[in-house]
Amino acid sequence: MALNQALVGKSYPAVRYEVGREKLREFAVAIGETDPIYHDEAAARAAGHPDLPAVPTFAVVLSLRAGQVVYGDPELGLDYSRVVHGEQEFVHHRPIRAGDRLLAAGKVAAASAKGPHELLTLETEITTEAGEPVCTVRATLLSRGTAPPRRSGT
Amino acid sequence: MSPHVDLTRVRPGDTLPEVAETIERLDLIRYAGASGDFNPIHWSDEIARAVGLPGVIAHGMYSMAVAARMVTGWAGDPAAVKRLKVRFSAMIEPGQTLTAKGEVAEVDGSRVLVRFHAEDEKGEKVLNKGEAELEL
Repeated sequence: MALNQALVGKSYPAVRYEVGREKLREFAVAIGETDPIYHDEAAARAAGHPDLPAVPTFAVVLSLRAGQVVYGDPELGLDYSRVVHGEQEFVHHRPIRAGDRLLAAGKVAAASAKGPHELLTLETEITTEAGEPVCTVRATLLSRGTAPPRRSGT
Repeated sequence: MSPHVDLTRVRPGDTLPEVAETIERLDLIRYAGASGDFNPIHWSDEIARAVGLPGVIAHGMYSMAVAARMVTGWAGDPAAVKRLKVRFSAMIEPGQTLTAKGEVAEVDGSRVLVRFHAEDEKGEKVLNKGEAELEL
């Protein structure tokens, strides 16, 4: 099934996310990050962080939560088992750290056909509950083999 | 902890210490749980083959996280990373070793642009056109 390109620009309700220390440690372990600043609060503080910092790609956790809201939109027509990741970008306005109470709102930023495949860009804006910008996440997904057949003259 | 970069000595062309990681299936299962990305192409050979893949492949974000370790390990501070971008250019399967390589492309005052990629054992780029903007 082809993606519904009419949804480009559509914004979705934000999901709430509270950043826990154990989750940050779990994520750091999962990516093989052993630097004590990601695991030990005293080491983090000694390095100038108010609490455990997140590794720079941790924001993908929030982006995925926000993405589930977007991908779950039946109007979008995305089959997640056909998806491979094309590009990923994080713009960090300030580091994510333990104790943050965040909001992550997804938006369909772009959708287009590329040969037999389709490209979908999800943009997630992460802010604190008070509205402070934290991170902008852009994920471009490749939906394999879902492009509609091309008609001549279009 | 490894010694971190000395800002006053950063020059374009400086290379970052490489980071290599042999990817095991357990790493992908652990990453699925930690990240919340349970796309079955990362844990079910059956489903991966049904959608035309050779078998389970690593999460692109796992590879990106390994490459980001190279950047933060060199800079010494995750707060220094202002922007991080990659293109996913090839699949990597469990059992293979991913190696991240990067070098300083530009230095403008305290702003540093690092270009990086990550490759498999055959030298094929798994991550391509990696860019990290840092404020050191």
